[in-house]
Amino acid sequence: MIQFQQVVKRFRRNTVLTGIDLDIHPGERIALVGSNGAGKTTLIRCLLGEYVCDGKVFVDGLEPRSHRSEVLARVGFVPQLPPPLKMPVGQLIRFAASVCDSDPERMRGIARRLGLDPDTFRRQPFVKLSGGQKQKLLISIALGRDADILVLDEPAANLDPEARHVFFKILAEKKDHAVMLISSHRLDEVASLVNRVVEMDRGRVVLDDRVADTVDMDSVLEVRLTTARPEEAFTRTITEWGFLDAGDGKIWEGRVAGPDRLRFLGMLSRYAGLINGINMEEEGEGADARVTRLA
Amino acid sequence: MKSLWLTALADITESLRARWFMVYTAIFGGLVVLLFVFGLTESRIMGFLGLSRLLTVFIQLTMAILPVFVLITTVRSVAGDREAGVFEYLLSLPITLSAWFWGKIIGRFTVIFLPVFLAMAGAAAWATLKDIPVPWDDFFYYTGLLLALAWCFLGIGMLISTVARSADVAQGAVFIIWLTLVLFLDLILLGIMIKEHLPPESAVAIALANPLQVFRIAAMMMFDPQLVMLGPAAYIILDTFGEPGFMTYAIAYPLALGTVAATGGYFLFRRGDLP
Repeated sequence: MIQFQQVVKRFRRNTVLTGIDLDIHPGERIALVGSNGAGKTTLIRCLLGEYVCDGKVFVDGLEPRSHRSEVLARVGFVPQLPPPLKMPVGQLIRFAASVCDSDPERMRGIARRLGLDPDTFRRQPFVKLSGGQKQKLLISIALGRDADILVLDEPAANLDPEARHVFFKILAEKKDHAVMLISSHRLDEVASLVNRVVEMDRGRVVLDDRVADTVDMDSVLEVRLTTARPEEAFTRTITEWGFLDAGDGKIWEGRVAGPDRLRFLGMLSRYAGLINGINMEEEGEGADARVTRLA
Repeated sequence: MKSLWLTALADITESLRARWFMVYTAIFGGLVVLLFVFGLTESRIMGFLGLSRLLTVFIQLTMAILPVFVLITTVRSVAGDREAGVFEYLLSLPITLSAWFWGKIIGRFTVIFLPVFLAMAGAAAWATLKDIPVPWDDFFYYTGLLLALAWCFLGIGMLISTVARSADVAQGAVFIIWLTLVLFLDLILLGIMIKEHLPPESAVAIALANPLQVFRIAAMMMFDPQLVMLGPAAYIILDTFGEPGFMTYAIAYPLALGTVAATGGYFLFRRGDLP
């Protein structure tokens, strides 16, 4: 479906991509990871036809640069940093829907699911929205159309836990008929979403590996935590995850989206000395076997 | 075609909310108001009276303000948008590069031309209401001149925005271009060149390659058809073009220059990295 053949990109004397070869097939969800300057964004821009590069990039045999409209009509893109657009939210949705031949109501519907009412912000300039609201709107525009290639650059970084869960659910709805390329600095942010990991370093692919695809993307975990004592820093962090105090700041209950479990456990590891017990149970049918208890 | 108009509309919306546009509109609207307040339409100087005097002053002031404003705001917003990631996002949507580039030019042209034109049209409307004679021939010719001047500097601004990789470099480059054009407005400099044995025809050719000078002479021609104020250079200009010929040249040349610059910018834009 997507092929990078010996892709080299230079900025004057600085070579940012040094001969990338990568084949991406339908149904693949790829975590594109690597540190700053590894070449992730440059590779994405080559795929979007925004950079001129040596070598070849094909999307079903078409070069993105010379067949922009055909290729980009299939691509939903969420950038890492929201652009400082002054146009109002309503116009941005109409503009994007119109150039993508999509129904603006579909985009508005996704925004509502993510917890952003686009009608309330209709006249507000996009640039004046909060970081999370901008991210939700860009995700709505990318997912509210018939895109079968999703290019997501740190897409969930600014989302609250509930919106992350909805976002993962929407991705789950698309996972069988879309290719996903999810870029991130950290693997734990996206590990549960993907079935293949491509790691880049200084313009090269240094790791290309399949990963177990066992996490249900729209699953939810019921979590109960007990701590040795109440602690202010932990309270602040766990509240941000939407957890509620069930007993004097020492017992906490809440829900975590399935694909977020690694990220959640990573957060808990910072408080390892404080935590007495963790109970995680997957909600819904067929989840009986997937119970994790640590005490 | 749909993408072209959508891009133009998006650019207009972006500009209407930008601070530069408010300043720009306030300057030209304010100028006309000030000229009325100071009673320019009621005084007679050197044979000018009524709205023709106001238009003459307005057009001279416009020549000083419009080019530098168009250049700076165009490169700041176009090169600035590229730096800020606006291009990265909007060009990930299925818009052809021609629709994007020319749509942006159409949108930008609308927002830079309309305030200047509306200020002038407002003055004409007010004069009509107050029974002040309106020189309609001058009005329409000045409109054509303003249109050509705005297009010319917009084209140059778009070319520089495409070539320069950062807003700071683009801003520096357009400032140097503007300074050079202003320098060659100076007839003293041209006089020195003639004194240094440059053929007068060459000096006049240099002057006529400068869109600012062309605009200035054409504006002058509206009240001084023999170009007495211009001195000996007037002979070469009138011998070469004749009065109607030069008036046509004064509109056609900046339009052509702007179109060539914008087209060059488009081909460079299409060939290089977009964000």
